[in-house]
Amino acid sequence: MSQRHLLALFNNFDEAAATILELRATSINGFDIDDLVLKSPIEHPEVEAVLGDKPINVQWFTLIGACMGGLLAFFLIASAQANFFAQVKGGKPIVPLPPDFVLTYEMFILGGVFITVLGFLICAGLPAKRSPLYSSKVSEDQIGILVKGDESALTALKTIFTKHGALEIQEEAGR
Amino acid sequence: MEKDIREDIAWAQINKDVLKSLENPRRLYWIILFTAIAMVGVAVGCEVYQYQTGMGVANKNNSHVWGLYIATFIFWIGMSHSGTLLSAILHLMHADWRKPIYRFAEAMTTFSLMTAGLFVLVHLGRLWQVYYVMPYPNERWAWPNFQSPLVWDMFAIATYLSSSVIFLYVGMIPDLAICRDNIHSGWRKKLYTVMSLGWEGTDRQWRNFRITYLTVACFLIPLAVSVHSIVASDFAMSNMPGWHVTSFPPYFVAGALYSGCAAIITLFIILRYTFKFEEYMTLPIMRKLVRLTFAIAMVWTYLNMIEFASVWYGHDQTAKDQLIFKATGPYAPFFWAMIFFGSILPLMLAFKRFQTHLPILFVVSILLNVGMWLERWMIIAPSFAHGHYPWTWDHDQWPSFVQWGIVFGSFGWFTLLFMVFCKVFPSVSMYEVKEMVYHRSLSLKGKSAAKGGH
Repeated sequence: MSQRHLLALFNNFDEAAATILELRATSINGFDIDDLVLKSPIEHPEVEAVLGDKPINVQWFTLIGACMGGLLAFFLIASAQANFFAQVKGGKPIVPLPPDFVLTYEMFILGGVFITVLGFLICAGLPAKRSPLYSSKVSEDQIGILVKGDESALTALKTIFTKHGALEIQEEAGR
Repeated sequence: MEKDIREDIAWAQINKDVLKSLENPRRLYWIILFTAIAMVGVAVGCEVYQYQTGMGVANKNNSHVWGLYIATFIFWIGMSHSGTLLSAILHLMHADWRKPIYRFAEAMTTFSLMTAGLFVLVHLGRLWQVYYVMPYPNERWAWPNFQSPLVWDMFAIATYLSSSVIFLYVGMIPDLAICRDNIHSGWRKKLYTVMSLGWEGTDRQWRNFRITYLTVACFLIPLAVSVHSIVASDFAMSNMPGWHVTSFPPYFVAGALYSGCAAIITLFIILRYTFKFEEYMTLPIMRKLVRLTFAIAMVWTYLNMIEFASVWYGHDQTAKDQLIFKATGPYAPFFWAMIFFGSILPLMLAFKRFQTHLPILFVVSILLNVGMWLERWMIIAPSFAHGHYPWTWDHDQWPSFVQWGIVFGSFGWFTLLFMVFCKVFPSVSMYEVKEMVYHRSLSLKGKSAAKGGH
């Protein structure tokens, strides 16, 4: 059966949270709660909590980026210094650790920042194409719930949205 | 208790007010912009003249090999500190009052760093050989000296600039989406569409955004401290009297925060009037900012005293002579002006009546930065004029008009970049102000519910 999207707009977080809770509690044929997307003008961890546990993996990118940045910097600098061993060092080490630490530290941070942002883009799915239903009200003051379901499930979904005070329900045109 | 912001501002109104600033500023905006362009013109003229004629026109000589250019370079690096550092620190501390002002403070960081970078180029003179500072295998068989703080500087500033730009941009993505949704045609629409990356405020996007912003903020705090510590090492690791001071890194960091905070006050007042942001850049927020500036001014004063005391009671006679030279020699008026503007003038910020008096604060904040610029000049010039070698002692140097012109123009360059930014991008973070209003209304609801319960 073909699937269609519905976008319901709510006035506040309480209504949106109540709607999600009911959608989780009710079993609707042709609708999977994992297909629900919450859209909001501000971040709101409390409402996100009702969506259930969702993994965040950005920190792994951070760890890898920072370590790679630091290691790369140290080995590049150390190898440059080691390649230039003919330079008179006056008995001092060819690869001096204290000054190299400064540059390693800087590149540790640079790698961390760059790869964190790369991780953010990957994990958040950005750059993204416009989703099938979008309202600019979501970037203003309304909370949107975007769901995907079989045509048979749409009536039940709309009933729940209306029950919790949806201001507007947009429906994707049938194909 | 005073409210930082009204809790009853409609979210749609926040969008409307901030978006209006992108289109309809007061006439003062254009006056500032054209003045800045004229100032940049002066600097470009001086630089072209210096480039064509040679570095001699800057009136630098032996021993004054670093003139106003390096003093002003440090000033701009310092200025950059408060933006990102305060934004990041206050973000970690959940200080809601930062929300309406952090965006322009971060922009200030970025443009200060860009301005500072120009001074390295101007100072080097041979612009076409600036790539020599980059570590790359080359036909000269020479690597930069990785043990030199000047090379650390290059790495640190490049890292700080790129990280600050990223921090500014990432924090702006939700607002760029608002601009995309509300501006319906023209080049701006295309710009916002591309830059917002298709942001729609989904739970997945917010979840990852929150962690990313927090992580980058955590990275930026030690980075900012390290940048100015490294700039301080340019001096402290040398053997020059007046520079070889252990407390220089924290002293530089405190000075950087201080001048940055003072600059935020100046820009706060300008933006508040120019873009009609009275609802968002409120007087209670200004009061907090002023108190913070006062606290940092006192830290700077303390570190200054530490420096003087350690030189005075130390056993380095040359350094002691240098300190006496600063306080009594030809640079004495500037030295004492630095003390007055940096340590005495900020005492008035402790008085409640001045903490929200905008005309006075505007003048005081500019004078504080005059003091901080003098501080950087007083680090450099007197040490060159009274070093280890007696032949330097009769080498008092007054910078040429070319140097002054380029320094003057750098303020225009910074202002130009900053004002253009504020006209193209939202200088108040819309989504964070909404969060602030939301948190405030929740806390009021909680209080009234608690009262009702009793």
